[in-house]
Amino acid sequence: MSRVGVYRLLVIGAAIAVLEALCLAGVIDKITMQPPHRIVIDLFRLLASGKMNAAIVKTLTNTLISLVLALAVGIAAGALLHRHRALRDTLDPLFATYYAVPVFAFYPFFIVVFGLGDVPQILIAFMLGVVAVIVNTLNGLDRIPPVLLKTARILRLSPVATALRVTLPAAMPYIMTGIKLAVAYAFIGVIGSEFIMSRGGIGYEIGFAYLNFENATMYPLIVLILVASIAINAALTRWEQHLLARRGIR
Amino acid sequence: MTPSRFGALRNALVLIAALVAIWQLLYWWTGESALASPLATLRYTARMVTNDTFEGHLVDTMRAFGIAFVLSVVIGLLVGFWLGFDHLSRDTLEPMIVAVYAIPKLTLYPILLLAFGLGVSAKVAFGVLHGVIPIILFTVAAVRNTRPILLKTGHVMKLTPSQMVRWILFPAAMPEIFTGLRVGFALTLIGSLLAEMFASQRGLGYLLMTGIGLHNVEQIMSVTLLIVVFAAAVSSLLLSIDHRLHRRV
Repeated sequence: MSRVGVYRLLVIGAAIAVLEALCLAGVIDKITMQPPHRIVIDLFRLLASGKMNAAIVKTLTNTLISLVLALAVGIAAGALLHRHRALRDTLDPLFATYYAVPVFAFYPFFIVVFGLGDVPQILIAFMLGVVAVIVNTLNGLDRIPPVLLKTARILRLSPVATALRVTLPAAMPYIMTGIKLAVAYAFIGVIGSEFIMSRGGIGYEIGFAYLNFENATMYPLIVLILVASIAINAALTRWEQHLLARRGIR
Repeated sequence: MTPSRFGALRNALVLIAALVAIWQLLYWWTGESALASPLATLRYTARMVTNDTFEGHLVDTMRAFGIAFVLSVVIGLLVGFWLGFDHLSRDTLEPMIVAVYAIPKLTLYPILLLAFGLGVSAKVAFGVLHGVIPIILFTVAAVRNTRPILLKTGHVMKLTPSQMVRWILFPAAMPEIFTGLRVGFALTLIGSLLAEMFASQRGLGYLLMTGIGLHNVEQIMSVTLLIVVFAAAVSSLLLSIDHRLHRRV
């Protein structure tokens, strides 16, 4: 492991040790937070009991649905906008300010329109992710070297073959950035809206545990989400770097 | 007005017109019970903002947001400059800060609530948690990307460290730092609103959530409209300043 990696572990370890010490010494009382070792024990017990399985499955299903939607619509829309300059220019102000607007503000509106089911959550997660996919797809398509497209024309590839064999692979490292963001946003959207108001899922369970002062459930679940999202994001970042490095960009 | 700026303005106007048209079409399609029409929403908004109770909610949200943004800027710049100079700390901490950016931070809110209690301070803390990250990351990048020749010039002129920051680093890093402030502004707003939507007794986020229980579509759509228009308008303004700063360098 690199020296920096060791320092990173030391920083995290020290932070956990300080928390543990403060909890055991009673500076942080039990109602506010449990000592870290308790959280880990509770997490294993909670996962082994299977009480949370339904919530985990629900959250993962909704996240997956919104991710697939965001990717399909985002990449298709990106390809379409790349061909229609006027449309792209018109939508440009939207893309530029999109992430400054709190998408979650639409959640109550969606609940009123679609009811308190899975649809509002999936819509929010989709809306958060789709623009990142569109913008990065456009960026990737913009950066395809013209010589590749010329080669495709010389080889008389059909439009579909050009898209599958030339355009998509060439733009892939950039599209990968969009995919990575869409995964993060899908989790943020689904878990966030579950947390604000819903009938089930991990976010809901955290909110429920908070309202009932069940720290033994709340903290393990928070840790579970943190670890899962950081691990997924790290894996995707590594894959993205790999794609970029193979292409000699970076 | 230059042609490109005129084009941008025209695009924005076409876009707004298209969005309002889609809204109106959706209203005709779904009917009165699900949606409020653009005109009805505007009328309700006008009535709502002149109401005394609304002012209280608005002031509450804006105060939490304002304090959170000031704290984000101060902490973000301090940490950003520190990490920009200290390479070891930067290499150690930067990936961790980036990782925090991608987690569903809403799940951390109960911890803040337990630590700070249900009130303005928890909201502020949550806003800072959102806003401080981009400010740190952009400031670090800005300091790191300062052209070495500028620093050398400063050394040749025997500037003290404080003069160095005042006359060389800050002006050189300003455009990128400003980008960080722009993103931080937006994320702080998002954070403060999210905090209100989960648990609070006041504020715009609270108004949004009570609208669900009352099934008051007009109230929800009016508050959403106000938030969206405010965020989009301020961020467009900041974006144009941002572009100007970047062009100058």
